[in-house]
Amino acid sequence: MTQTTPEAPVRRQRAQVKVRTLRTDRWWLAPLLTFLGLSSFLVYGVWAIIDNSYFVDPYIAPFASPCLSSSCVEGARLFGWAPIGDWYTLPPGLLILGLPGGFRLTCYYYRKSYYRSFWLSPPACAVQEPHGKYTGERRFPLILQNIHRYFFYAAILIGLVLAYDAVLALVHKPLGLGTWILVINAVLINTYTLSCHSCRHITAGRLNHFSRHPLRYRAWTFVSKLNAKHQQLAWASMFSVMIADFYVRMVAKGIIAFPFA
Amino acid sequence: MSYKAKFKVWRGEGGEGKLEDFTVEVNEGEVVLDIIHRLQATQAPDLAVRWNCKAGKCGSCSMEINGKPRLGCMTRMSTFSEDETITVTPMRTFPVIKDLVTDVSYNYQKAREVPSFTPPADVRPGEYRMKQVDVERSQEFRKCIECFMCNNVCHVIRDHEENKANFSGPRFLMRIAELDMHPYDVADRQEAAQSEHGLGYCNITKCCTEVCPEHIKITDNALIPMKERVVDRKYDPLVWLGDKIFRRAKS
Amino acid sequence: MEIERHEYDVVVIGAGGAGLRAAIEARQQGKRTAIVCKSLFGKAHTVMAEGGAAAAMGNVNPDDNWMVHFRDTMRGGKFLNNWRMAELHAKEAPDRVWELEAWGALFDRTKDGKISQRNFGGHEYPRLAHVGDRTGLELIRTLQQRVVALQQEDYENHGDYEAYIKVFAECTVTRLLKDGERISGAFGYWRETGNLVLFDTPAVVLATGGIGKSYVVTSNSWEYTGDGHALALLAGAKLINMEFIQFHPTGMVWPPSVRGILVTESVRGDGGVLRNSEGKRFMFDYIPDVFKDKYATSEEEGDRWYTDQANNRRPPELLPRDEVARAINAEVKAGRGSPQGGVFLDVSTRLPAEEIKKRLPSMHHQFKELADVDITAEPMQVGPTCHYVMGGVEVDADTGAADVPGLFAAGEVSGGMHGSNRLGGNSLSDLLVFGRRAGAGAAAYVDGLPARPKVSPEAVESAREEALAPLGRSGENPYEVHHELQRTMNELVGIIRKADEVAEALQTVEKLKERVRLVGAGGTRIYNPGWHLALDLRNMVLVSECVARAALLREESRGGHTRDDFPGMSPEWRRKLLVCSSEDGSSVQVVEKEQPPMRDDLITLFDRDELKKYLTDEEMAEFDGIAKKS
Repeated sequence: MTQTTPEAPVRRQRAQVKVRTLRTDRWWLAPLLTFLGLSSFLVYGVWAIIDNSYFVDPYIAPFASPCLSSSCVEGARLFGWAPIGDWYTLPPGLLILGLPGGFRLTCYYYRKSYYRSFWLSPPACAVQEPHGKYTGERRFPLILQNIHRYFFYAAILIGLVLAYDAVLALVHKPLGLGTWILVINAVLINTYTLSCHSCRHITAGRLNHFSRHPLRYRAWTFVSKLNAKHQQLAWASMFSVMIADFYVRMVAKGIIAFPFA
Repeated sequence: MSYKAKFKVWRGEGGEGKLEDFTVEVNEGEVVLDIIHRLQATQAPDLAVRWNCKAGKCGSCSMEINGKPRLGCMTRMSTFSEDETITVTPMRTFPVIKDLVTDVSYNYQKAREVPSFTPPADVRPGEYRMKQVDVERSQEFRKCIECFMCNNVCHVIRDHEENKANFSGPRFLMRIAELDMHPYDVADRQEAAQSEHGLGYCNITKCCTEVCPEHIKITDNALIPMKERVVDRKYDPLVWLGDKIFRRAKS
Repeated sequence: MEIERHEYDVVVIGAGGAGLRAAIEARQQGKRTAIVCKSLFGKAHTVMAEGGAAAAMGNVNPDDNWMVHFRDTMRGGKFLNNWRMAELHAKEAPDRVWELEAWGALFDRTKDGKISQRNFGGHEYPRLAHVGDRTGLELIRTLQQRVVALQQEDYENHGDYEAYIKVFAECTVTRLLKDGERISGAFGYWRETGNLVLFDTPAVVLATGGIGKSYVVTSNSWEYTGDGHALALLAGAKLINMEFIQFHPTGMVWPPSVRGILVTESVRGDGGVLRNSEGKRFMFDYIPDVFKDKYATSEEEGDRWYTDQANNRRPPELLPRDEVARAINAEVKAGRGSPQGGVFLDVSTRLPAEEIKKRLPSMHHQFKELADVDITAEPMQVGPTCHYVMGGVEVDADTGAADVPGLFAAGEVSGGMHGSNRLGGNSLSDLLVFGRRAGAGAAAYVDGLPARPKVSPEAVESAREEALAPLGRSGENPYEVHHELQRTMNELVGIIRKADEVAEALQTVEKLKERVRLVGAGGTRIYNPGWHLALDLRNMVLVSECVARAALLREESRGGHTRDDFPGMSPEWRRKLLVCSSEDGSSVQVVEKEQPPMRDDLITLFDRDELKKYLTDEEMAEFDGIAKKS
């Protein structure tokens, strides 16, 4: 062949636009709100771990459930067990928080939100990021995001425990405001967990022939519907777990005290 | 019904250029591309812009309007206030040829690097039997009009020219997902998605989905499912173990 | 100025469905093939086709077969079609569609997993293979990806993706070059850089599409400037049927910026009805006699058809396009139109919102985004828009070869297949069937050549001068001339024609020719739209003259040609084709030519009663003789 398209060197350049973005809307608002929201959750989480008033019969604060060491208050122990034993003296929440925490940390939605709001990579669409280099999730540590599905399995268990806690409260104090807060929280946490992208993949997303697996396809369809609301569920369940946890602690401390508390 | 709007349009050749000011008439029901055409017909006959169908079906008139990647033909003037200055620039990620026209050959190169549809050797034309539910996912991705705005907005290459060599962009990662989910495709695409096409660069910040004029859920329906498929293949020890045992049992 | 030179076996001009299919065929036959297109690869106007590709696969109704499809096509074209083309088309369309599937196309499916087929105006059975309402996109993408697949194959074997097939995107051809009688090359320019380019090739396949940009209200994009038609004329080939232009009945009429953009016929196929400003379903008043027994006469029957097609006749909204377009035109003229000068197309009261979104996703999207109209809640305003030209290069049905050795044509730029009116869905299948045939024809022609024709330096020099001329002149703005041409054609040679108006148009075209010679374009050669338009004007004016001259000669109304002064269809005229040619490119001549009679085994596929409506007494007597024999 004689030649290809003529290539003047000058053609290789992008349009020189000196500003980071030409966007005129308030593109910084969403990452700012996300930053504040996620930060408040982190701050609250740290406080909740060191706070000891996590149980008031029949409520257990979600951040401390399941309570697995013998340092846990008697009624707070899951099925009365204490599999971790006596040696463990640190706050009980620390034992398990890594699981739901890891689930959220590796969640596809949370990744988007903190990559944007904390790491500014990018802060918003068509806004230049401040980093000179970018390698994505290809190498350590971010390659670890790929273990999301294991956290999903763990999150299922935690979700079940929270549901169990809510049922216990329902049995023992059906008219308590705390009971209903725990019930709502358990529902939101579990729907959030089920709406996970990994869950969607596991139900049937990995298959190429839905028609040969009608049951799995139905499960996938259901999870897909939830998945479309993954972001909303992520925020709703984050706030519900904070509110529920805070409420139980306030009741435990006696700060909230009325007959139907 | 008609008013004079203030426009700033990037004009120049081969990278060098600047925003030029125009005042131009706008009538009811018009879109940005109409205004660009009016500029061509009345004030700047050599103003370069790519366009074709003017109905949001061909994906030619991709540009950046007030900093956002948009199709010129699908951006109604009524979405702006009358006193607003509207800035129109070429897509930032690709080299500019002239004015609003960019060199999008990157996309065609990447398209070529994705191995084509590979059906089983023994199925003849006319013998294909596929259920609607089995083709729907790939059909969504085939709605793509190749406006290349997803590749344009993706910060992986928009902000890091050096990544272009190793990253195919949302458009072609989605093409890989389309083929990987095709009921009759037998090629192995998961390994290459990660190692050759740079799926690992994607940090799912979803700008591709935000700008898609066809409203394809690129991130949720193509990129993340593809990432999960890659995890199956490369990072999931349980699946790996299962495969090992299964294969051993078979052999 | 250096002229870039390339050597190929086959050069395909146009990268729409027909062009790509032709190129794929030529490459599969081992020919080194170039695809030259004005837009980017994959942006061709084929993406706009919505309804589907008609192919008698019989997936939905097993009674369908090529003979029924052939009959529908001939009926739709008012028996003016090149019957051999209609025959080949009906026979080969299913294979061409199935082949796409093997190349990765994903059509909508039937319950048993076959390609689903939908109803469409003029087709007796559900016949259109489709993907929602974006079938054209699927077709172009599939062919584009097939080209890429072939390039990958070449890369494997030769280490070069472009060893055997290369796309020259954003490149316009302005002249075909000849060595004596034979095609020897094509000359053009890169839109991007303005650099000139010469293709040294013994075979050229024209697949440039239509001529809609000569009209104001059109569904066609800027590319449709009749380049292929004009290139063929200038190279000495002939055009036929140029008077037949299809006005799609339902284009958007509001807002002005999207005027002309199509509203797919599927809206009507799926239950949409046409109403005038009085709320009346007026189509029942416009069923022509030839169709009386095929269409419902009451709203009740028409409505029942959507659910029970076996026992009811279809609603008149699904009449062939020309009938619907004329009916809408008549309603608007009678003062019963919508506020913006169309009529109402309503699907919102006929189907639940969810169903509309599912069946007509891109229509919903198009109206929402372009016009801010929610078609699930309110009716659309629609009116006729210039859509498709039935006329084009006169070609041999089997090979796509034009009169000029080495010149081939396929798709909209070729003429004959659709007669006086094209059925919806027949164009996508036309592209595939005749794209392939033209590619194969060109390959065979190249194989049979004793020696490669040569490009003469003088021809190149004059093509170069012609291409660069507008840049050197400081003449009139080409946009002005273009607008005047569009207005003239739209108003005087539009959907309804009168002898005096067409004659007036011809006078204007004469004057415009003069002005085209003097237009100038400022600016540089780099991506200069003013310059590009100045060059396209030559083609538009030439083709418009063909249309107007043929429209003036044909004194009857048939399909895409309606003469106010000759409202009836004349069996005498059915036997005549109007052939357009040009001596030197400065003007055109139109002469009559007799249509060859249909082959016996084909004509006997029709009922005598039906033929009676179209044929002369003399032809009927012949038919009776044939019928008796068989």
